[in-house]
Amino acid sequence: MKKLLDIKNLSIDFQTAGGLFRAVDQIDITCDSGEVLAIVGESGSGKSVAMLALMGLLPWNAKVSAELMQFDSKNMLAISKKERRKIIGKHIGMIFQEPMSSLNPCFTVGFQIVETLKLHLGLNRAQRRKKAIELLELVGIPAPETRLNAFPHQLSGGMCQRVMIAMVLASNPKLLIADEPTTALDVTIQAQILNLLLSLQKEKNMALILITHDMGVVAETADRVQVQYAGQKVEEQKVESLFQTPHHPYTLALLSSLPERADGRKLPSIAGLVPGQFDRPPACLFAPRCSFATSLCNKEVKKQSNLLGQALCNFPVTYTQQKNAGAKA
Amino acid sequence: MSKTIIEAKDLTRHYTVKKGFLQKKGIVKALESVCFKLQAGKTLAVVGESGCGKSTLARMVAMIEAPTRGSLEIDGQIASKPTSQGQRFLPAIENRKSVQIVFQNPYASLNPRHKTGTILEEPLLLNTKMQHAQRRKLAEKMMERVGLRPEHYDRYPHMFSGGQRQRIAIARAMILNPRVLVLDEPVSALDLSIQAQVLNILTDLQEERGLAYVFISHDLSVVKHLADDVMVMYLGKIVEAAPTKSLFEKPRHPYTAALLSATPTINPAARKKRITLTGELPSPLNPPKGCAFNPRCANASNICRTNAPPTEVAADRQLACFNPIV
Amino acid sequence: MAINSYQKKNSLQKQKQKRNLRSSVLAEFWFYFSENRGAVIGLWVFLFLVLIAIIAPFAAPHGPVDQYRDALLVPPVWQQDGSWKFILGTDAVGRDILSRLMYGARFSLFIGLVVVTIAATGGILIGLIAGYFQGVLGTIIMRIMDVILAFPSLLLALVMVAILGPGLINAMIAIAIVLQPHFVRLTRASVINELSREYVTSARVAGASTIYLITRTILPNCLSPVIVQATLSFSTAILDAAALGFLGLGAQPPTPEWGTMLAEAREFILRAWWVVTLPGLAILITVLAINLMGDGLRDALDPKLRRS
Repeated sequence: MKKLLDIKNLSIDFQTAGGLFRAVDQIDITCDSGEVLAIVGESGSGKSVAMLALMGLLPWNAKVSAELMQFDSKNMLAISKKERRKIIGKHIGMIFQEPMSSLNPCFTVGFQIVETLKLHLGLNRAQRRKKAIELLELVGIPAPETRLNAFPHQLSGGMCQRVMIAMVLASNPKLLIADEPTTALDVTIQAQILNLLLSLQKEKNMALILITHDMGVVAETADRVQVQYAGQKVEEQKVESLFQTPHHPYTLALLSSLPERADGRKLPSIAGLVPGQFDRPPACLFAPRCSFATSLCNKEVKKQSNLLGQALCNFPVTYTQQKNAGAKA
Repeated sequence: MSKTIIEAKDLTRHYTVKKGFLQKKGIVKALESVCFKLQAGKTLAVVGESGCGKSTLARMVAMIEAPTRGSLEIDGQIASKPTSQGQRFLPAIENRKSVQIVFQNPYASLNPRHKTGTILEEPLLLNTKMQHAQRRKLAEKMMERVGLRPEHYDRYPHMFSGGQRQRIAIARAMILNPRVLVLDEPVSALDLSIQAQVLNILTDLQEERGLAYVFISHDLSVVKHLADDVMVMYLGKIVEAAPTKSLFEKPRHPYTAALLSATPTINPAARKKRITLTGELPSPLNPPKGCAFNPRCANASNICRTNAPPTEVAADRQLACFNPIV
Repeated sequence: MAINSYQKKNSLQKQKQKRNLRSSVLAEFWFYFSENRGAVIGLWVFLFLVLIAIIAPFAAPHGPVDQYRDALLVPPVWQQDGSWKFILGTDAVGRDILSRLMYGARFSLFIGLVVVTIAATGGILIGLIAGYFQGVLGTIIMRIMDVILAFPSLLLALVMVAILGPGLINAMIAIAIVLQPHFVRLTRASVINELSREYVTSARVAGASTIYLITRTILPNCLSPVIVQATLSFSTAILDAAALGFLGLGAQPPTPEWGTMLAEAREFILRAWWVVTLPGLAILITVLAINLMGDGLRDALDPKLRRS
């Protein structure tokens, strides 16, 4: 069966003052209806860039190449810009980290929702207004009639994010991409927004791609997780097994550096920095920081089978190894 | 029991804001009657959502601003108290040396036109009579201590990553050898793998020098790991304060409980039913009558809507609630 | 083994990087500057003008005030009756126009430099004060600046020159006073912006005095927009000086200043086009080149406008 979203071998390069910079390096992304995929990674891991490429929102100096980029059985690489805009607006929705700056400060919330409705559904005036109120109710905004006349600066961050979600839902998208949707919000509001996103996703059987750096958010929401490091996908697993038995050393190190998992006062940390444009290792990008690395890791790197989470690693961590390590500690 | 270094008594800060042309001026009670004591080698964490006054508290403790009411004492001597109208507040030099601050955003807190060396030596230049060579030696020692290489001395901040910048900021705060460090969300702008490195530096420094930390954060997992005591704030007031262990095990204030419950855990097998708070943080310009938390509180009764709960101190816990969780 | 060689390569790379760090700031600046084609052309034209101004005494075929009474209003060489002796022709009293234009470049660049230096120094100083002391003092300063800005700039310069008396130096002072409020506003705006940044608070916590804070912490961070404004003011200064010269209130004849040359020649506008057109063209090219360069500088220095 065909997946709703199927991206294979996607690479993105940026032209910068210091030459070409590879932001995304041969990654695959698949996501199906009714599924929540989380893409985790630190800043610079290319997690947002890949999605922006799908939406065609990259700046002029980016070069995108992919073996396959298919959405809803349409080849997104071959179609014209106009067609792509049509698909994106109608079937793919995206919400961003800064809800305050994603809304236009010059217009009322109601006007902005109605504009989207006009574009996608083409109802008449009264119907559009009614639908806008319905949408605001759907995302849990109290007193939607009066909120329609509010300007974005009169609403809090959480409310603005709800409005963004309402706007995106206006066209009933098949895929919703949420790029760090709760990073700028407080924990109590974060819980509200995550609950809202998940319930809407179930209700409408949408595919949801959640881009985040917060392991807690991943654990609470995702079905499947893909971990990215320096532009590469290093591991992909179901959420339960990822947190139980991470196979890539990076995932393992990342999880054990979380304060929740630490035993002593000292946190096990990953030494060094994410490689930049000029100090990119020759083969495995994590090798200089990896405790399992050998000389082989600077020559080549192997992608493991599905059984080992497709880990991009010559020496994937197995369950027994972790148990042993646990016993030693 | 070690000696109390810093003590806040009834620390209060109000800001006046203009609501508009020809309108009455409003008062924002950013901080209301905050009291705490902090001993050497201990960490006091302050948690709460944005707008709860935790950054104002950081500014008060770091003596960037003077309080509107109350005082801050260092070693039993008053270090900061209200100034008369229009007078600029300037703390005494020895007090300034004993309390330093590290800010949240390492991209904004380092002067982009100064090299690492200049940034680190600035506090020495301003507060001591050291010669250049001496200053440089001290700066290099400090750089080594926080894990920066000697060649970093001549570089500008934009050449560093966020984690390295935060190390520079910590080194700068530490160079006058303070006894109290105010950490205003020091790791929340950093990546996960870097966060652990910086937290380790902080714990090491504390053990080595017996530093006291005022740790401002919204990340409860970090707080749980690092802090000895936790203060939970809501709209400028302390709602609950207790030793970390007992607070996390047995929160008594409904807000604390909700905050703990809203924090995602990293165990997908145990996805929990959250206490979801309805509604948003009220505007500090126009706080609700009675207890500030009452519109969002499940336990609220009639008295909560009319009277503000008094702060009660029992055993090692401070609590301001009429209907605490038993 | 492989790790070793890799590490070696890595450390070599790092050394190379370190050496490049100093020049990397420049390289980045050049990358963004050169992205703007017009700016690069502007830069070359400007450098060419500077060169001409420097070598004028050696390269000019005649003296700027030498009068050839037997060759009045000779047309340029490519026209009928033109001669190679006077490549761009002569004016009404027989002075070689090419030589006068070359010497004129000296005056124009001198005017630009002096005016911008006076205006920028004064403007930055007043702007720093107005930005740092935002109370009564700041308000008074800004209202005065608003008053100056409310006058049409040339009119105000005219009034000043009328008070001070005509002459190149007085004209330059007048133009500097007219241009200075722009610097004040710009500096004040960026001072206010920088004041709210955390590194300023951090310097305050470290115990910096007001003077230290203004000069060492804030000032260096406010300079890049001011530099851009300075280049743009450079061209305005040349233009205004030419206008004052044209009105007879700037440089006095026989000084070969471009605006003054235009003024002297205006009665011949119908008989001898070159006497009027060529100085005008010189002003146009100079101003255009500097403006283009200023645009490029803004692209390169202002991070808000950077595209990636």
